[in-house]
Amino acid sequence: MNIDAKLGLDVFKLDKEPHIVVHNEVCAAKCRTKPCLYVCPADLYELDDQGRMTVNWEGCLECGTCMICCEYEALEWRYPRGEFGVQYRMS
Amino acid sequence: MEKVDCIVVGGGLAGLSAAYGLASEGFEVMVLERGDYSGAKNVTGGRLYLSRIRNLYPELWDEAPLERPVTRELITMLGDGTATTVEIAADRFAGGDPGTRDGAGTRDAAGTRDAAGMCNGAPQSATVVRAKLDRWLADKVTEKGAMVVTKMKVDELLREGAAAGAEGAVASGGKVIGIRAGDDEIGADVVVVAEGALGLLSSAAGLRKLPEAKDYALGYKEVIELPAATIEDRWHLNPGEGAAQLFMGKVTRGMTGGGFLYTNADSISLGIVVAMEQMCSRGDELESWRLLDEFKDLPVVKPLVAGGTVAEYSAHAIPEGGIAAVPPLVGDGYVMVGDAAGLSLNALVTVRGMDFAIASGYYAAKAIVAARKGARGGAGAGIASRAGIASGAGIASGAGAGAGTLSAVDLAGYERSLRASFVLQDLETARAYPALIENRRLFTHYPDAVGRLLQDVFSVGPGPSQRLVKTVWKGARRDFLNLATLHDLWELRKL
Repeated sequence: MNIDAKLGLDVFKLDKEPHIVVHNEVCAAKCRTKPCLYVCPADLYELDDQGRMTVNWEGCLECGTCMICCEYEALEWRYPRGEFGVQYRMS
Repeated sequence: MEKVDCIVVGGGLAGLSAAYGLASEGFEVMVLERGDYSGAKNVTGGRLYLSRIRNLYPELWDEAPLERPVTRELITMLGDGTATTVEIAADRFAGGDPGTRDGAGTRDAAGTRDAAGMCNGAPQSATVVRAKLDRWLADKVTEKGAMVVTKMKVDELLREGAAAGAEGAVASGGKVIGIRAGDDEIGADVVVVAEGALGLLSSAAGLRKLPEAKDYALGYKEVIELPAATIEDRWHLNPGEGAAQLFMGKVTRGMTGGGFLYTNADSISLGIVVAMEQMCSRGDELESWRLLDEFKDLPVVKPLVAGGTVAEYSAHAIPEGGIAAVPPLVGDGYVMVGDAAGLSLNALVTVRGMDFAIASGYYAAKAIVAARKGARGGAGAGIASRAGIASGAGIASGAGAGAGTLSAVDLAGYERSLRASFVLQDLETARAYPALIENRRLFTHYPDAVGRLLQDVFSVGPGPSQRLVKTVWKGARRDFLNLATLHDLWELRKL
């Protein structure tokens, strides 16, 4: 089962604004290992064709792992505003 | 600024437990929950240990929406090409042992089982689904008169001494006087910080440090729907009973952690817990989510999930820093409870957090009630005790008679009672655990060695057979009688 299919099972209420912002200048200047690419259990991080880190925040499970694992504080991470984000029904 | 007696930040089990206790005593309580309902942002592996919390709020647990009492425990050690499962069903798990009950049980003296095969006593643990359990508890809290406001995210814990959002408030260490949610500020005599595992509000307010990978595990799971009868067949359960199965070894590719499987009423929770620091420092860029698919694909797991329908995928951070990572539990104007206070314990085979959350909320409520009574009872004395600790400013903010921010001294009873309870006692007992379970041999060598030994014992090969004792001795010498194992044994004596 691919990760998109898994995320497709969850209820997400999308805000207009992202709740995660990547500071690419920090990623580019400091981070070589880029753990966000593989720690995220929703697989939301990817490098675009210009090598910039992007995050598909819409599918965020709100675990905070990316933020905790980012040594350089390149992620501005907050919970989505009230009533937005994932709404678990049976976890 | 609008003001209430008490604001609870976070409507999970810890916050709701505190709110229930406070509202029962007539306190004006406002619970602020950012999800659409309590439980909407919460994830459990799946099991709540009831044995230590049953006597706290005893009226609650008989009607709590529990999935299945866990009567069967399984541990599966995964090696290279082997899976060794230890399985135990014990009357005690089902509540058959009078020693585990608090005297109020209904089991008859002979400990007979009823028609359903259940001991009539109280089970020590049960599987749960947070969206059901937390929502139910929120209803109970509302019935007691507290206000549970959902879809409301708290953006800041307000500290006295500086304008909202200013750095100065943190540096000055002013007392916590309320919260900000969007443009709204609400004041409170005491704020119960029950914001959950990440502790973002309390670290922004300087009440604890920012989360660090070494103190956390990542947990993620699928909820897979299966008919109740199928679940009972697959885990050899009497109707209504449940099983918990833990997996160690190959499932995490040697990282600290493991797989888990809990049987709910009509579904199973199947997931992985892995130490965050080890996960994010891997060199091979293995994507975390793939571990769960690998897990599901193992020959020993595949038949357990066959025919099931995946219904939800969830993830959460788990505090696993142990007692060393527990922040100050009390300060001027606030107490910290549950995951926000790092109150959880991974003891390898028992993994607990929700019982600590409920108990910490319970003791927080007790302490707040006692503090307020103390302050009201001897008006002069109460004020004086507050004046003693508050840093000069702000004493005048307590307007009404006996009202005003409760100080760290007033609230110290919370930490005292938590130390006298199983919460901090069990965490203290387990002080060495976080370091011990970082030993990767627990998750690589041993599950493999156990499997290899038993594989030899049960094998009939092409060559002449050896005497059984010789086979066992050979395996033991190969994998267990060496310096590394002796060293591990010496270390693990602390477990």
